[in-house]
Order: sequence, then C-alpha cells, then structure tokens
Amino acid sequence: MGSSHSGTGHFWHERVTAVALIPLSLWFLYAMLGLAGTSEVTALQFLAHPWNAILMGAFVCFSLWHAYLGLQVPVDDYVTTAGGKIFLMLLIRFSVIATGATCLFAIVRIAAL
Amino acid sequence: MADNPQRPVTTTRAANRPLSPHMTIYRWPVTMMTSITHRITGGGMAVGMIALAWWLVCISNGPEGWQSFHAIWDTPLGLLVLFGLTWSLVYHFLNGVRHLAWDMGYGFDKREAERNSVIIYALSILGALAVFAAAWTGHAGYLQ
Repeated sequence: MGSSHSGTGHFWHERVTAVALIPLSLWFLYAMLGLAGTSEVTALQFLAHPWNAILMGAFVCFSLWHAYLGLQVPVDDYVTTAGGKIFLMLLIRFSVIATGATCLFAIVRIAAL
Repeated sequence: MADNPQRPVTTTRAANRPLSPHMTIYRWPVTMMTSITHRITGGGMAVGMIALAWWLVCISNGPEGWQSFHAIWDTPLGLLVLFGLTWSLVYHFLNGVRHLAWDMGYGFDKREAERNSVIIYALSILGALAVFAAAWTGHAGYLQ
C-alpha cells in the first residue's frame, strides 16, 4: 500500500469487476446481436423479462464501476495539476453515476411497461 | 549544467537536466501499442455507455423512442461508431483476459507477449467483423 492506503483496493476492484464482466459482456453481445434488426416490441419483451432486466442491470453496474476505476488511471498518470485532477475525478464520478442512474431507471421503466 | 553554453543562464536546474529521448524516437514495441489500445478502447466504451443509456431510454419511451434512436444510429456514421464500439468490446475483452493471465504470472515471456499481442489484434478485428457479418447475412435478430 502506498501513501493513499487505497492502491490495493483499486487494483483488486478493477480485477473483480473485470472477472464479472467476462460472462456479462458475452451475454450483452449475445443480446445485442439477437435484437439487431428486430422490432421495438421484441426489444421491450426481451428486456422486460426478469432475467434479462437483472443481467442488463448487472452489466450496466459492473461496466460503469469498471469504467470508473479505469478512467482514473490515465488521470493519475498524465494530469499533473491538483486542480485538473480534482476536476476530472469529479467529472468521472458524476458522469458514471448519471449514466448508471439513467440506465437503471430505463430498465425498471421497461419492466413496468 | 549551469555553464552549459547551449542554455540560457536563466533556466532552472531541472529544465537543464539532460533527457534521454523516449516516445517520439523509439520504434513502438507491439506490447506498448496493445497497452495504449487497451486504454483507448476502455475510454471509448466508457463514453459509449451513453449510447447504451440512450438506447434503453428510447426503448422505454415506446415506438416513437425506438424510431428516434434508429433515425440517428441506423446511419453510416452511427454504424461506424457501433462498429468501433463492437471492436473495442472484443479487443478489451481479449486483452483484459490477458491482463488477468498476467496477474496470475502467465505470458510474461517477451516473444510470447509479442506474439499474443498480434493474435489479439487479429482476433479482435475478426471478431468485430464476424458480429457485423452475422447481422448483414441475416444471422442476427434471433431473439424475435
């Protein structure tokens, strides 16, 4: 552990989310290809199914969590000013939460339609 | 350093420090390219999550939403972006598995790492092409 006392946690969470995303991204590719060129009704019915809603929700959460951890690395590596670092870290955090909240709301809304 | 005639006397010690030439002068090893590509594809997909949110919101908005999504994404530019995201997913997936293998101590041999880099580039392009070929030859849409 370095001076921040959190480096191992970042590394480990990045790996845990990566492992979770192996099956989830395979399912996501299967779902996207299976819905390509179909109708709105097909997509609605597919996503409204509990298993698919749960898997899409899990894919969104793990993807954004993994993206949140991953996007911090180049900021840590290349941004040299404290102000720039804080600004980008906050931007990443807010963007990820906003995107996740939007996705989850839409998934629940589809299931409730 | 202070008496270096090539430098103005006003520059600091740190600025006068001799630097070894790096990124701009060496031929990039393929393992360096795969590392940079891993970051670019990851960043691209992070932004691409906005497209997924867009798609889900449009579906939740009913038939008009579905059409509004297709009006923008079912275009040459939209499909190009989707192809980029597909390739990014396949590449980041394959190289990500390699990262996990590295974490467990496998694949560090120099020749092996270079060979695997080329394999990952080739497989990722083939994988993305296969996904789009499946869609264009009528093998997609099987969830209907």
